[in-house]
Amino acid sequence: MYSILEAKELADSIYEFVVKAPNVAANCEPGQFVIVRTSEDSERIPLTICDYDREKETITIVVQVIGASTYAMKSLKAGDSFHDFVGPLGRPSELIETPIEELKQKKILFVAGGLGTAPVYPQVKWLHEHGVDADVIVGAKTKSLIIMEKEMEAVAGTLYITTDDGSYKRQGMVTKVIEDLYAEGKKYDLCVTIGPMIMMKFVCLLTKKLELKTIVSMNPIMVDGTGMCGACRLTVGDSVKFACVDGPEFDGHLVNFDEAMKRQQIYKTAEGRAYLKAKEGDTHHGGCGQCGGDK
Amino acid sequence: MDVLKKVPVREQDPKVRATNFEEVCLGYNKEEAMEEASRCLNCKNAQCVKGCPVSISIPDFIKEVKEGNFEEAYNVITKSSSLPAVCGRVCPQENQCEGKCIRGIKGEAVSIGKLERFVADWAFENGIKPSVNAEKKNKKVAVIGSGPSGLSCAGDLAKMGYDVTVFEALHELGGVLVYGIPEFRLPKEKVVKKEIENVKALGVKFEKNTIIGKSFTIDELIDKYGFDAVFIGSGAGLPKFMGIPGENANGVFSANEYLTRSNLMKAFKESDTPIMIGKKVIVVGGGNVAMDAARTALRLGSEVHIVYRRSEEELPARVEEVHHAKEEGIIFNLLTNPVEILSDENGWVSGIKCIKMELGEPDESGRRSPVEIKGSEFEIECDAVIMSLGTSPNPLISSTTKGLEINRRKCIVVKEENGETSKDGVFAGGDAVTGAATVILAMGAGRTAAKGIDEYLSAKGN
Ligand SMILES: Cc1cc2nc3c(=O)[nH]c(=O)nc-3n(C[C@H](O)[C@H](O)[C@H](O)COP(=O)(O)OP(=O)(O)OC[C@H]3O[C@@H](n4cnc5c(N)ncnc54)[C@H](O)[C@@H]3O)c2cc1C
Ligand SMILES: Cc1cc2nc3c(=O)[nH]c(=O)nc-3n(C[C@H](O)[C@H](O)[C@H](O)COP(=O)(O)OP(=O)(O)OC[C@H]3O[C@@H](n4cnc5c(N)ncnc54)[C@H](O)[C@@H]3O)c2cc1C
Ligand code: SF4
Ligand code: SF4
Ligand code: FES
Repeated sequence: MYSILEAKELADSIYEFVVKAPNVAANCEPGQFVIVRTSEDSERIPLTICDYDREKETITIVVQVIGASTYAMKSLKAGDSFHDFVGPLGRPSELIETPIEELKQKKILFVAGGLGTAPVYPQVKWLHEHGVDADVIVGAKTKSLIIMEKEMEAVAGTLYITTDDGSYKRQGMVTKVIEDLYAEGKKYDLCVTIGPMIMMKFVCLLTKKLELKTIVSMNPIMVDGTGMCGACRLTVGDSVKFACVDGPEFDGHLVNFDEAMKRQQIYKTAEGRAYLKAKEGDTHHGGCGQCGGDK
Repeated sequence: MDVLKKVPVREQDPKVRATNFEEVCLGYNKEEAMEEASRCLNCKNAQCVKGCPVSISIPDFIKEVKEGNFEEAYNVITKSSSLPAVCGRVCPQENQCEGKCIRGIKGEAVSIGKLERFVADWAFENGIKPSVNAEKKNKKVAVIGSGPSGLSCAGDLAKMGYDVTVFEALHELGGVLVYGIPEFRLPKEKVVKKEIENVKALGVKFEKNTIIGKSFTIDELIDKYGFDAVFIGSGAGLPKFMGIPGENANGVFSANEYLTRSNLMKAFKESDTPIMIGKKVIVVGGGNVAMDAARTALRLGSEVHIVYRRSEEELPARVEEVHHAKEEGIIFNLLTNPVEILSDENGWVSGIKCIKMELGEPDESGRRSPVEIKGSEFEIECDAVIMSLGTSPNPLISSTTKGLEINRRKCIVVKEENGETSKDGVFAGGDAVTGAATVILAMGAGRTAAKGIDEYLSAKGN
């Protein structure tokens, strides 16, 4: 059992947990993730390590409720615990393996979409602690979905916030901010983008044109997270990679996003059914035309 | 009674079992076991023992069964084996102990596996545990992986008095026994959990959710956590794919993924983890793993075809499993090899393009190798494909452990007689060393390494 020391709602259906996990906290680095199970029969859910404290032996995770298993985490409070919590999984971010002097020469831009802000944070923070200030773009659908603004402000060079609907700060998608910055004459040497796959795809299309090398953090469906099942496979350039052991970070200009986005939908029908059951009790028997529960 | 024939073992009716996950083989009862035991000739120079990789004293335990001394029989078996209820069920006996049995020359071999299983199940039911009587030694050993090799190594070391901790990456113990081999062949609660309880009863500690190479390295186990020796029993869990076009389409799974969802995550019954239930499923491959995947899909309600590039004779799966699969209604498309996976506009599998094969000259393994028949391509419609082409050792450990020699096939290199690797104090065994093999070989390797570790630590003194 892994006890939850703190739990709070960051925004609408986005929750943060600080979890006691000594083995993970001792060795994790930015860019890595954990796999969590809420209870005895839960699914294995991959979540990025959003912060860690080696002394207090804790890991911070941020979860967005999108389906049955993340819905089950929603009601967890400080004092409760996760049944399983394993990690650190995946490879650390390429940044932290690059010599600091080299990083100091570089202008780095982070582009976070929605919940992607949480996994971007430890990387920006790590750079800040090592004397490198990176610019950060945070985008969300609407004001209430902007998270960790204060924390990010404290570690970012310049922080640009944008909302799709213009309800807060700039208006438009994150790609628009990149275009604006380039129009103003800014230039970067490296871009790191984390968020929904569709956003990462469009960021990559743009940065390819701008000849800006871009790292993405992929979140395909996973089961074990140790390279044993192949559920997480992606096409990167000419080869097939397992995101859980070869990634989760890849050169975004080489990732086949269309295939990856299709693969993310494999269990959509089954998941939808489980979600409705978790939310409404066993009352949903199809007919909504969405979940395929009547098939 | 016909002494040339085995006492038949009761099985679930194929039609019934094709729709459930209960164990297929029901095993012997007391009377049947004693009757079968009486067929054994109690040979002086027993050939059967030579066929058993861990040399169980087969005639001795069978003699006890014949006389109804089941506890004695259990004690004989557990001197050589730490997982009898498992091996009695899943060993390829026809090639091992039973393959060598004298009775088999004229008639059918003695049902050694079924007798072993009976004795082990009887011991569970009667609460009999393997005995420990060693003095505690003040030395710590880490065991990586809780599959058959790790469990037997840990069990043996604990019996010798060592302080043993097993580190397991997953949230359940048992390795392939829990995530791979399905419930209908190897019940988890009734058999695997109980065998693990027996190892726990010996004082072995277990740390789940701990991945060596990620959570910490082997060097840290030794330098930081003070382990005096390490055994690597991390198996061969990395799935192979064919590398043909279309393999990443939605609905193409590795057998590992499919079986893990069903077994470990319990998707075969109500569970949060989903599994895709195809209308028509193609399983590519012909080994035990392919049979298990096929029979799982069948039980979930799919029409299932096995596509295998050689002929029936070369099927690497156990004869019993192929027989069971056929009885249950699995369709075999032999001498057929996939060349492409076809998908619809949304990226879902719609069929598989195959080519017919014929058998050519024998290859190094002595098996006749399949050759494509030019121009014989054809398509089979299907909505799911399960790739069961074998597995290789996961590089997580080898890539994070300096000084650990591996071979071309990514297998850890060891000295056969004691399981010693190229790294001081580190031993290995099971599938991580041999590549995908069998439960009993993994268990045997675990025992050999336990002895090797004991000699190593004794020689080192304090
Ligand atoms: C390396 C990695 C890091 C991640 N980090 C975070 C994180 O920090 N915070 C967070 O909230 N989420 C993160 N995710 C995504 C998270 O794992 C999924 O949201 C979660 O598994 C969904 O579970 P569910 O049962 O609630 O939803 P489900 O009912 O399983 O899924 C709902 C919908 O989401 C899609 N989906 C299913 N699994 C995934 C998946 N693994 N990733 C993306 N979409 C999926 C499906 O298409 C489905 O339609 C990460 C995923 C990966 C692989
Ligand atoms: C579907 C299937 C059916 C089979 N059927 C049969 C059969 O009928 N008869 C037969 O004899 N054999 C059968 N086998 C083969 C047999 O199961 C294996 O040969 C045997 O389990 C190997 O044992 P092992 O201990 O070496 O490894 P495994 O059983 O693979 O166990 C290795 C364990 O180590 C863990 N691990 C891996 N890496 C790490 C790490 N870095 N840190 C911590 N833990 C780690 C894994 O999670 C796993 O639990 C079958 C295999 C499969 C997949
Ligand atoms: S362990 Fe396997 S090979 Fe040995 S006697 Fe038992 S069934 Fe036969
Ligand atoms: S070879 Fe057969 S008959 Fe002889 S002792 Fe072994 S099991 Fe009995
Ligand atoms: S999640 Fe199973 S191999 Fe990556």
